[in-house]
Amino acid sequence: MSQSPQLNPQDSRKARPAPLRALLLRDLRIGRRIGGAVSMGVVFFLCLVTITPFAVGPDQALLARIGPAILWIAALLATLLGLDRLLQADAEDGSLDLFLTSETPLELIVLVKSLAHWLLTGLPLVAASPIFGLMLGLAPAELPRVVASLLVGTPALTLLGAIGAALTVSLRRGGLLLAVLILPLAVPVLIFGVAAAGDPIVGFKTPFLILCGLTLAAVALTPFAAAAALRHGAE
Amino acid sequence: MQIEASGLSVERGGRVIFAGLGFRLGAGEALAVKGPNGSGKSTLLRALAGLLPLAAGQIALTPETEARRGELCHYIGHADALKPALSLIENLAFSAALLGGQDVERAIGRLGLAAVADLPAAYLSAGQKRRAALARLVAVQRPFWLLDEPLTALDAASQTVIGELMQAHLAVGGLIVAATHAPLPVTARELVLGRAA
Repeated sequence: MSQSPQLNPQDSRKARPAPLRALLLRDLRIGRRIGGAVSMGVVFFLCLVTITPFAVGPDQALLARIGPAILWIAALLATLLGLDRLLQADAEDGSLDLFLTSETPLELIVLVKSLAHWLLTGLPLVAASPIFGLMLGLAPAELPRVVASLLVGTPALTLLGAIGAALTVSLRRGGLLLAVLILPLAVPVLIFGVAAAGDPIVGFKTPFLILCGLTLAAVALTPFAAAAALRHGAE
Repeated sequence: MQIEASGLSVERGGRVIFAGLGFRLGAGEALAVKGPNGSGKSTLLRALAGLLPLAAGQIALTPETEARRGELCHYIGHADALKPALSLIENLAFSAALLGGQDVERAIGRLGLAAVADLPAAYLSAGQKRRAALARLVAVQRPFWLLDEPLTALDAASQTVIGELMQAHLAVGGLIVAATHAPLPVTARELVLGRAA
């Protein structure tokens, strides 16, 4: 009886719904139902962009010059804002145990969860950035550079944040520690992101291509680091 | 399929939870893990599922497979792994897709959850959440069941259903290890964990 087909997991491999697609849809659905994930980042972004002119003063030329840097700092902080819950919710309610007993590698699960998180938090920031750029007095001709740099750079920020989220998964208030752990790693992304967004001397192409390279490296490497941290944290 | 564990020892935070634990379980057999609170029943189940590393000892499955041990296990722990924002059927469809099964409708019917299938999991009672977690046993076929207090919060009718499911699982050669204080509804050998101070 032990060879019963019912108990052979190989048999059920055909024609079953793809686990990673199911995970992506689940996370997007949760984000939409709970709400707040999208609006929180954008509103935080808006707050930073709104108060900066009050702090810097009404010098429009200065604002236009530092505008791309302000947008990038705001995007970085807004990205960090919700990241501590990326894996913590799943660890608390037992979903992480399901991930660990599935046939899908934990690395891919982390990658897909990061993608869902970026679609919910990073993409709205990118979409809102032209309006906020105008608020800072950027010339309309410069806006495509800002949008392109944020579009390519924010996924790297989310992926780096996933490492921090995995390391702080069992800490009750891990948000601040996550920021401290991740900010040094995010500095290269910030440097080349701001350069691609608005540096008049080095131009657009070189920093933009380096930014693309950083993001691709983050896609390739950070899931392994985050999964290793999660496995270690299970101990 | 059979499992043989010998010399198992698990440490957490530098403290030995248990050491030198061994058992052998053949196809169609169940093991009831008993012992006072804090004696390491849940820890043993997590270690068997591969969720905790062993400090010493080994767990051997025969016949040998390429799959990790966790991929052959159903681990139903204290946490029900339900997302409050999703409906019961969405929760179950996700875990079935993730674990590689597709009998979601049958599982919901078998556990008597059809009436609440469209409710968000946040509105379910403790017993209903427990049944939703146990529905994974039906939705996804896996040979090795690790159940942590499976009967907690269940009403008499549901306990009967779980008993029938366990009986059917054993009849087709499955294995069950359950941590429990209440008597299991199937014939099971007992492993009693002591309290080491």
